[in-house]
Amino acid sequence: MRVNTLLVGTAMMALVATALPAAAEDSLYIPLLTYRTGAFAGSGIPIADGMHDYFKMLNARDGGIGGVKIVTEECETGYTAQKGVECYEATKAKGALVYNPWSTGITLALIPKATQEKIPVLSMAYGLSAAAMGKSFPWVFNPPLTYWDGLSVAIKYVGDKTGGLDKLKGKTIGFIYLDAPYGKEPIPLLEGLAKDYGFKVAKYPVPADKMQDQSSQWLNVQQDNPDWMIMWGWGAMNPTAVKEAAKVGFPMDKFIGVWWSGSEDDARPAGPGGKGYLTLNFTATGADFPAVQDIVKHVFDKGNSSVKEKSKIGEVNYNKGVYNSVLMAEAIRTAQKITGKKAINAADMRLGLEALEISEARFKEIGLGGFAAPVKVTCEDHSGAHAVYLQQWNGTKWVKASDWITPMKDKVRPLLEKDASDYTTKNAPWPARSEECPKS
Amino acid sequence: MFYREAGQFKTGYADDMAVFPIRQDRIGIAVILAIAYVAVPMFGSPFFVSTIMIPMLILTMAAIGLNILTGYAGLISLGTGAFMGVGAYACFKLATAFPDVNVLVWVLASGFFSAAVGVVFGLPSLRIKGLYLAVATLAAQFFLQWCFVRVGWLTNYSSSGSIEAARRSLLGVQITGPGASETARYLCVLTLLVALTWIASNIVRGRIGRKWMMVRDMDIAAELMGVRLLPTKLLAFAVSSYFCGVAGAMLLFFHYGSMESIAFNIELSFQVLFMVIIGGLGSMIGSYLGAGFIAALPVVIKFAPQILGIELPSAVVDQVTVMIIGGLIIFFLIVEPHGFARLWQIGKQKLRVWPFPY
Repeated sequence: MRVNTLLVGTAMMALVATALPAAAEDSLYIPLLTYRTGAFAGSGIPIADGMHDYFKMLNARDGGIGGVKIVTEECETGYTAQKGVECYEATKAKGALVYNPWSTGITLALIPKATQEKIPVLSMAYGLSAAAMGKSFPWVFNPPLTYWDGLSVAIKYVGDKTGGLDKLKGKTIGFIYLDAPYGKEPIPLLEGLAKDYGFKVAKYPVPADKMQDQSSQWLNVQQDNPDWMIMWGWGAMNPTAVKEAAKVGFPMDKFIGVWWSGSEDDARPAGPGGKGYLTLNFTATGADFPAVQDIVKHVFDKGNSSVKEKSKIGEVNYNKGVYNSVLMAEAIRTAQKITGKKAINAADMRLGLEALEISEARFKEIGLGGFAAPVKVTCEDHSGAHAVYLQQWNGTKWVKASDWITPMKDKVRPLLEKDASDYTTKNAPWPARSEECPKS
Repeated sequence: MFYREAGQFKTGYADDMAVFPIRQDRIGIAVILAIAYVAVPMFGSPFFVSTIMIPMLILTMAAIGLNILTGYAGLISLGTGAFMGVGAYACFKLATAFPDVNVLVWVLASGFFSAAVGVVFGLPSLRIKGLYLAVATLAAQFFLQWCFVRVGWLTNYSSSGSIEAARRSLLGVQITGPGASETARYLCVLTLLVALTWIASNIVRGRIGRKWMMVRDMDIAAELMGVRLLPTKLLAFAVSSYFCGVAGAMLLFFHYGSMESIAFNIELSFQVLFMVIIGGLGSMIGSYLGAGFIAALPVVIKFAPQILGIELPSAVVDQVTVMIIGGLIIFFLIVEPHGFARLWQIGKQKLRVWPFPY
């Protein structure tokens, strides 16, 4: 018995202790931290599919990027920070180029680690807003815009509809949010803007384990009767909120969700009551893009996609996943150009992300003309505060409800600077930036 | 054959009361310690040390804490996760308020805050027991977690509501925060665990532990024999919460580096409770075995197909892991309802008399 246990134990130890097989030399290894299980799976699955399928399409159509195949590997995080860290630890040794945590909680946990270990983190329009300050966070990127930029757009839109930002005085804006780092992220700016423009803020936190029961929050909303509602929700929280808002009769065209609250599955369950619901968005909806059609041709039709129904391709969250992969693919291309290497490493990837520029022409070239606003990341600004638009649910699909709106950079930038210096002093000694800005 | 005590004579009370009365046990523990201190840091891959060993050891500490309360004193608690949270938040506050004091001091001190909170929530234990007490501690779980989210002071008014481990070093080697090597963190965790296990095993074998066991077995009889119930029960809550608090602080400082309040939710409480039940109530070795089973095995199973080169969708792996672990829990509880500790004991007993079982 004892001998047996020992044997089994040693065998297990040996199994685990042997280093994980390293990725092949001539490939680009990208671990994808995804969640297809848990309360957030509804949002996580289409994103994971989109990220995957774009890379698979590049592999099938072009043989990878610059002739080098992309190797992706999924690791299930369930949206929890602890599993995210496990995934990071398990995959980093295989030469991971970049991490997409897909959760603000995981991003916050990875920022110090990845900065120390020099692996870039691409938290596309989520995560720590202050990470936009490239001077303090050389290894973290959050294009195309931060939460604070997004919130400023929402307020700008509200101001527009009210007849000018100065007319907001005395109005009440309700803010319903997931009670997690993600949902709390925009609060400092919201409170700052409330002071500047004289409106009141009513906050309605939704605990992560009570996402599907928001009756008490919406009872409060009914009582407070705010003029506008803004939502920072994710996963199962979104459809519940839209349904509840419809139930209490809140005017849907005065209810604005962030870009993570605007998928088809968020608005559809509310039925006809969800008509008029607005959300921010930075990617186009639909599959009418050459690159997306290539995904259908090279991946879906060959049975290599994890998407079950063709109609899912082109939905809001799927396109967000595609967009995330486009950012990575373009950064890899840029890095290959800068370094002259084919198989780049994490440090080269950082250079590529920092010099990332996708112009309108380039978007057209890769078959995604009009898919998103042009993106430019610089050394100083890792986010770029790019424009977003508002989309509105017409009962069956999302339609564009506004032009591209640029964030209030003048309001957001000083706050970002302050928050970045707060973060670095709190986490002192934060390593000073030693990386040189890439010249391209 | 190898495991026989024939010829080992005890010549004093101290020998008779020793933790490891048999020489083979003493050699065994020395070998295990040597493996833990030398072999694991030297030969273990970073993934093995940081993702399997460190959380397993930290959760062992929490399991010891809960085992003191539930296994030795017979008081059920569902608030372990929250008590761990108190330790983590206390340590975070102390380490940021007094950055010059060594962080190990604060990790050990944070347990006292947890102990104080534990005593407060242990007060009802004089009047109620069993499931009723479990519900009272459940209140602790929800109330404390609510505090972590709502009281900004606890997180130093961080806008994201998460707490982070600062960079601190010991003898010039960085042991906490980003950049601390897994070996340094592992050795800190291991040393704290070994030291506190030694203390705990001596407490439960002594006068205090006897009292707890009397209370557990029949509190009225214990009272009639002169055990004052309230101080005894509260002491059990205090000591138990101390261990849980230290475990929480270690979880923040030596494992995750950054945590949200949601990490200290009821799931963590259940996880630790399962460890204690699967491992064996009222046993130190059971805490270790239970933690290994509940904390380390899922990670091993999750990454095993990847290590073996089998390609499976990540979501499938995750769900299969849950199924395997659930199945194994049921299997082991059927085979040995008293937990791994009892299996271990039976195994040892069999070896003692081998090859002539009576």
